[in-house]
Formats: sequence, structure tokens, C-alpha cells
Amino acid sequence: MTVAAIKAYDFPPADSLDKFHGAQLIYVGWDQHLLFCAPFCFPLPPSMPFGALVEQVLPGAFGYHPEFKQIDWRQVQWLRSNGTAAGEPFTPDFAKSLAENGLGHKDAIRFRTPGLNGIQGSAS
Amino acid sequence: MDMNVAKKKLSLKERYALMTRDLDWETTYQPKEKVFPYVEYEGIKIHDWNKWEDPFRLTMDAYWKYQAEKEKKLYAIIDAFAQNNGHLGLTDARYINTLKLFLNGISPLEYMAHRGFAHVGRQFPGVGTRVACLMQSLDEIRHSQTQIHSMSNYNKYYNGLHSFPQMLQRVWYMSVPRSFFDDAVTAGPFEFMVAIGFSFEYVLTNLLFVPFVSGAAYNGDMGAMTFGFSAQSDEARHMTLGLEVIKFILEQDPDNLPIVQRWIDKWTWRGYRVLTLVGMMMDYMLPKRVMSWKEAWEVYFEQNGGALFKDLERYGIRPPKWLDQIEKDKDHISHQAWATFYQYSAASNFHGWMPSAEEMDWLSAKYPNSFDKYYRPRFEHWRDEAAKGNRHYNTTLPMLCQTCQIPMIFTEPDDPTQICYRESTYHGMKFHFCSDGCKDIFDHEPEKYQQSWLPVHQIYQGNCFNPGVDPTAEGFQPLPAVLDYYNVQMGRDNMDFEGSEDQKNFAAWRGQATSNT
Repeated sequence: MTVAAIKAYDFPPADSLDKFHGAQLIYVGWDQHLLFCAPFCFPLPPSMPFGALVEQVLPGAFGYHPEFKQIDWRQVQWLRSNGTAAGEPFTPDFAKSLAENGLGHKDAIRFRTPGLNGIQGSAS
Repeated sequence: MDMNVAKKKLSLKERYALMTRDLDWETTYQPKEKVFPYVEYEGIKIHDWNKWEDPFRLTMDAYWKYQAEKEKKLYAIIDAFAQNNGHLGLTDARYINTLKLFLNGISPLEYMAHRGFAHVGRQFPGVGTRVACLMQSLDEIRHSQTQIHSMSNYNKYYNGLHSFPQMLQRVWYMSVPRSFFDDAVTAGPFEFMVAIGFSFEYVLTNLLFVPFVSGAAYNGDMGAMTFGFSAQSDEARHMTLGLEVIKFILEQDPDNLPIVQRWIDKWTWRGYRVLTLVGMMMDYMLPKRVMSWKEAWEVYFEQNGGALFKDLERYGIRPPKWLDQIEKDKDHISHQAWATFYQYSAASNFHGWMPSAEEMDWLSAKYPNSFDKYYRPRFEHWRDEAAKGNRHYNTTLPMLCQTCQIPMIFTEPDDPTQICYRESTYHGMKFHFCSDGCKDIFDHEPEKYQQSWLPVHQIYQGNCFNPGVDPTAEGFQPLPAVLDYYNVQMGRDNMDFEGSEDQKNFAAWRGQATSNT
């Protein structure tokens, strides 16, 4: 315990997996597309196929961007957060679930779309 | 014959001693450590409380006199402003949105500061410090009251100012300033003094009460200008108090230095993050600008703050960590913050808008290294889309930083095109941060920050709906339900300024005031 306290300081975390009614949180960011000011946070069932995340969830969140429709998902590079600024490369299996792809509660993933660099190439 | 002999008037020193030091007493029926239970657990060692002197030697009778005079002037001006329909003399009704942010986000912080100083005033065994904290506690509640009074005039005419105590507790972005104070008042008394008495007063109030309040004056708001200047004369005293307390702690024992240094690092960073809101108020929300955020930062933080840290060098204090990142950020944070409120203006209690062409040129001139390259294309795109009827309202909830609770909007120090991702694992669960500063603060006290009340996660847990709302019902719409919980009225308090009631009413009333039709 590092927190300075007058007695034992032992409280549960506010955002553990059991508090999300069967969903887990997944964060998704689109690199070089800061028209969306921050990565998004989604509560998703761990059994959801990765492909469903891409086909059913991401369009509602990122679809406003004029480049979204131009994305070739076969060319997309995925990264997952590993505690470093760079993250680590990640190859999702679209047919497998989030859990089977190794994505746990509060994992952050990013996707890069080569050739699509935001509004007028400004990373917006 | 008896003569009346004029009694010798007390010197200031004698008077101060009588009205402060003589208020002290020794405990008799309880041991001292039980009467002051919070004074040792942070590790700070104080050997002689009598060494602390109030630099102003302020006594309660003098305090009442000064403050009563200031109050009289303040309320005379507020009254005259209200009776003259001073709100119609503003540059533009967009300005009022700064007051919505101020009333909801900043005035309750003054109240929290009042509570904090009342608490630590009770907890310090040194009587001089206790009396000084008492007076600061009174100042802070006075600031809260005068700000509410100055801004309540606008509540009669404009939307979004009707529910600030509830909004502070509930509206998503309010968790940023609220968590800052919750963090400070749940720390020990010495950390509170460094957090608020030192970092908050120096880093935040200077930038808020001087350049921003000048902005209020430039935009015709006599009420806000007057409370700002009335408060600022107290702030000068508070800064001195904070500084004197730090010097006192450092002089008492060399073991105190590393503890104080860590608090200075932590609270400068946390204060700097809260100031993101003030940055965008200055660059985007004042129709008539005084100076850019970057210019204000250079004068009030880099120059004034730099002199302060030089002064503390002889105690072994070094400048706060992450100054190199802060130096790079000044070209970016106000634009990144306004972009955020623009796209989330369906979920906030004030209006958003895109800067006009002339305002974008002003931003280009003030930010030659960043605005045209990174932000103008984004803003012009939004402006053009809005003109086509495709205004961008982002309705997907963002990822938040676990420490400052701001959405993860900040970019890497050396790459303004890349969001900064940082992560820690604690007890098997991942936590995410917007910066090295926020990660470092978490890593030191993960027990505390794992309990952060993050609005996005709370919404997903179902904790941000009014009683009786069933989020599992068919066709349930979360955004209107969350806005109900916030007491934000859809279409009146939020969305774009263009076409808003505020805009229309201001134009109509000003028309009546300046014409005969």
C-alpha cells in the first residue's frame, strides 16, 4: 500500500467486469483521424465476433468521417495497447470472438488505415 | 482629580498575538494526538508550530472590515449591472457560455476549497496556521457566493444555468474539476495545503482570475469582472499563505522535501489538466479576445511560476515534472478541447460552434506552428458540413483518462497527429491514461484512483438514469435518459449556438433596447 492513510485503505475498484451486466469494455481508436477527439469506449459481450465489432459497431461510431467508407479492412493494421506508447501489432481473427482474440475487459485497440490520412492529410 | 489617561494603542504585533496566538490552548483531558489525529500520517514532520507566521498578520477584526468594504462595492456594481440590463451590452450571447462553464464547474470548486480549509484549519495543531486557514475558508465561501450572485442575473434570461449543484455531480465533463477537489480533500491536511494552497492558487487561479476575467471586462460583463477582481485580491493573500506554508514545512525537517516535491509534481500536473477548460474559454469562447491561451500561459505560468520555483530552489525544490511536455502542449490543448466540446455539444449544458473565418485567422496568427496545419482543416470541414445540414454530433461515448478523467484527447508530446495512450495494470485490471503525468500519479496511489467515478463507465453500468428508468426496455434511448439525469434540456441548453434560444432572444432583446420598433 502506498496511499497515505490513517487506517487500512482497501476498497473495490469502481469498474470491475462484474459491474457491466455481462458486457466488457473495449476501447477502439482510429489512428490519424482526430476528427473524433478520442478513442471510443464500447460495452460489448465477450462472445461477440470481432467481425461484428467491425461491421456493426464501428460504422455507427466512425461513419461520419468521409474516409470511413473507403477503408479496405483487409489492409488495416491493428495494434493493441501493451502499456507502451507504440503498442504492439495485433492480428485479429474476424470469425472468432473478442475473448478468443484475447481481448479482455478494458483492452484498448487501434487501427491504422494506410493511405487514408484524414481531412486534407491533416490527421483529422 | 482623576484624569482619563489615554491607553497606549497596541502595536500590530501585539494585536496579532492577542487575536491569534492567544486563541491557542493545551489539551488536558485528551492526549494531543487524539485531538489532532491527521497531522502525522502523511510522514510530514513538524517540530515547532510557533515558527509559522502569517505573512499578512491579518486579524479577524481587520478581515471583516476589508471584506465588508469589498462586498459593498461588488454588490453595488452587480446591482447596477442587473438594473441596467447590462447583459444586453455584451459583445455576443456566445460569451454567456463561458459563464455556464464557470458557474457549473468553478464556483462549486470555491465551495469545496471552503470546506477543505475549514477541515485543515481544524486539523493543524499550530494556531497561526489554523487562523489563516479559517480566513481562507471564509474567503472561499464568499467567492462561491459572489460568483453565484453575479451569474444568477443571467439565469433569468439564458439557458443552462439553472441547476449547477446537480450538474456538478452528474454532467460528464464536470467530473474533471470535481475529481480534482475530491482528490485534494480526501488527501491528508499537508497534501491539501500543497494541492490547493500552493498549486491550485498559483497555477489555476492566476490564469483564471487575471486573463480570463479581463476577457469578461472586454466582453462587457461587469458582473463577472467585478467578482473576479474582488476575488483576486484574496487570491494574492492565498498564494502567499500557500507559499509560506510550503517554506515552513521544508524548514522544519529535511525528510519533508521528497514528500513535498512529489505533491508539487502531482498537483501542478492535475491543475494544468483542469486548466484545459480555461484555455478553450480564452481562445474559443470569448467573442472579443484579450490574449491567447498560449500568451497567458507564457506570462502567468512560465514567467511568474518560473520565478516562484527559482525562489524555492534554495529549499531543494526543483521545478515540477513534465514541464517539457507542458511547453509543447501550449500550441495544442485549447484546440483539442474545443474540438471535443464541439462534437459532444449534444451532451453538454452549453452551446458549441465553429469559429468564424475571422476568428480562425486570429487563431492562425496566435498559433502559427499548429492551427493551420492540424486544426483548421478539421474545423473548416465541420463548418462546411454544418452548412450542408450535417452538423457533427458525436453520440458514441469516449475513452477517459483514469486520473484526470478528461477524454483521451491529448496527443503525444512530439506528434500532434497521434493520441497519447498510456496503460498500467493493477490487481489484474487495466487502467488507461492520457499522459505520463496522469499515469505516474496513478501508479503511486492505485488504491485511490481505481475508484475514480468515470462518467462513461458509470453510464454503462446503468448508474446515470433517473429512478424508474428501465434501460432494458425496448427502444430505450440512452442519450435522452442521461440528459434527463443531468437536468439538461435537450435542444435548449445544448446543441449548436446557431439557431439556439439564447442566440434568438439576445438578438430580439438587444433589438428592443437599441431601436423603437
